[in-house]
Amino acid sequence: MITKEEVKKVAKLARLGLTEKEIVKYQKELSAILGYFEKLKEIDVSGVEPMSHSVRVENVMRVDVASEKRKAKSAQLTELMPETKNGYLKVKSILNGH
Amino acid sequence: MDIENLTINKIHQGLASKEFSALELAQAHLARIEKNDKGIFSFLTLAKEQALWQAKAVDKLLAQGSQVSLLAGVPCAVKDNMMVENVKCTAGSRMLENYVAPYDATTVKELKDAGAVILGKTNLDEFAMGSSTENSAFGPTKNPHDLKRVAGGSSGGSAAAVAANMAVFSLGSDTGGSIRLPSSFCGVVGLKPTYGAVSRYGLIAFASSFDQIGPLAKTVEDCQIVFDAIKGRDEKDSTSVNPKSQIPNPKFEIRNLKIGVPKEYFVEGTDPGVEKVIKAAIKKYEDMGTEIIQVSLPHTEYALACYYIIVPSEASANLARYDGVKYGHSEAKDAKRKEKNLLDVYLQSREKGFGAEVKRRIMLGTYALSAGYYDAYYLRAQKVRQLIKQDFDNAFGKVDVIFTPTSPTTAFRLGEKTDDPLTMYLADIFTVSVNLAGLPALSLPVGKAGNLPVGLQIIGRPFEEHKILEVGKKYHVA
Repeated sequence: MITKEEVKKVAKLARLGLTEKEIVKYQKELSAILGYFEKLKEIDVSGVEPMSHSVRVENVMRVDVASEKRKAKSAQLTELMPETKNGYLKVKSILNGH
Repeated sequence: MDIENLTINKIHQGLASKEFSALELAQAHLARIEKNDKGIFSFLTLAKEQALWQAKAVDKLLAQGSQVSLLAGVPCAVKDNMMVENVKCTAGSRMLENYVAPYDATTVKELKDAGAVILGKTNLDEFAMGSSTENSAFGPTKNPHDLKRVAGGSSGGSAAAVAANMAVFSLGSDTGGSIRLPSSFCGVVGLKPTYGAVSRYGLIAFASSFDQIGPLAKTVEDCQIVFDAIKGRDEKDSTSVNPKSQIPNPKFEIRNLKIGVPKEYFVEGTDPGVEKVIKAAIKKYEDMGTEIIQVSLPHTEYALACYYIIVPSEASANLARYDGVKYGHSEAKDAKRKEKNLLDVYLQSREKGFGAEVKRRIMLGTYALSAGYYDAYYLRAQKVRQLIKQDFDNAFGKVDVIFTPTSPTTAFRLGEKTDDPLTMYLADIFTVSVNLAGLPALSLPVGKAGNLPVGLQIIGRPFEEHKILEVGKKYHVA
């Protein structure tokens, strides 16, 4: 069984606010699911390469040029933002206080 | 027009012979949705205006005598985790309840370019996380064969809409069975393409090394037509593959076909009624002259645990973008807001915006990736994933396709599995391995157990969609 403190720590890492009730619920549920994962310890995986994708993956990059089309698109995107000021995304302060 | 038996080819012929217009076709389907969807709840949003506009555009082309594509004028539905420009795209979540898509997904653009008429967006488990569509923040989709039962998930709305003849075909997405399971439960044909066969651009990311878009339809032929329209390399998805070099179109004789039946999929726990239907279907293929060969996929029993470690890990990273800052549900919008700093905006927006299953998976994934646990969970699971893929490589050395049930059961009752997440996860037991290995698989309706449909899963080698589709077609011919 994982502890309540562990649940709180994971929630903090995940930037997820949880109620007291949820903390108790996830403690129970996550413990049961993690218990099920123990099954994988039966397998000998020595010498096995970890697999991230079934196809070869390569990073690609687009050409970094501005275009009029993109400008129009960016207006559509800023409209979806919860708070803006002078066309910029506005956020709360990142430091505590004030 | 006989709306219940319309297929893509019949529509193409009907439009050409002026039996009906694309506008009449769209209106008839929209009317049927308004009449029948209240009890089923397969649609979250209808795109009426856009649909009628698209239908009129097709009629105009036809009136000019222009050649139109097979999909022109065909009424369809799109799972609500794929973007259709200027239409709401919720992913079944409060987090995106008011999000309007700023662009088209590549698959959607391809459908539009072919003249298909998108009627609306279909219900799903929140962010496609679930096996019953009960995790939708807006309510569950019910099975058209029995309204007290689930449609399966996560593409439950897409499957139910086709099963109830409210759309001729639909698009779904499949991360661990989300096209095949609802197809099996609702008695429609569903294709999960090879990872990389179809562009994921504009699909709301869940687990990026698993997610794949595919069609759901009334017939195998229709699935094939839609797949051909949406497949191929897209410069906006670096994992998509060029069809010319890598997707062959195999010609084969059914007599020479070798069908593998993995012994690990015929063990205790499968509903006897389901097993009977599947065995009868296999017998039917044997009678056509195919060779049935027992194969072994020895790591099958580890697939579900492997899947439920890697997928939540990828999901926890993908869903970090919903932070209440850029778009989606934000506590920063609330007039009575109490948050003091940016961290509070994150915590509160995510607490209120996400539902229980999404939070559970974010927690699981964050745990599996966190310092001290990474090697024991995530890295070990990635190695087991390799072993599961090797199992399939070995089996495909001996056989051309693999047959299994799509699901160990028929559609279960609403609420039956919602109290215990692990029990719900077990519904995916026959479908997740295919995604771990990145293979294509079809769910084909092959009969009923009681009054409920049963799906046969036909798994193929990478990029051999056409082979599994041709094999599927033979079932109804024989």
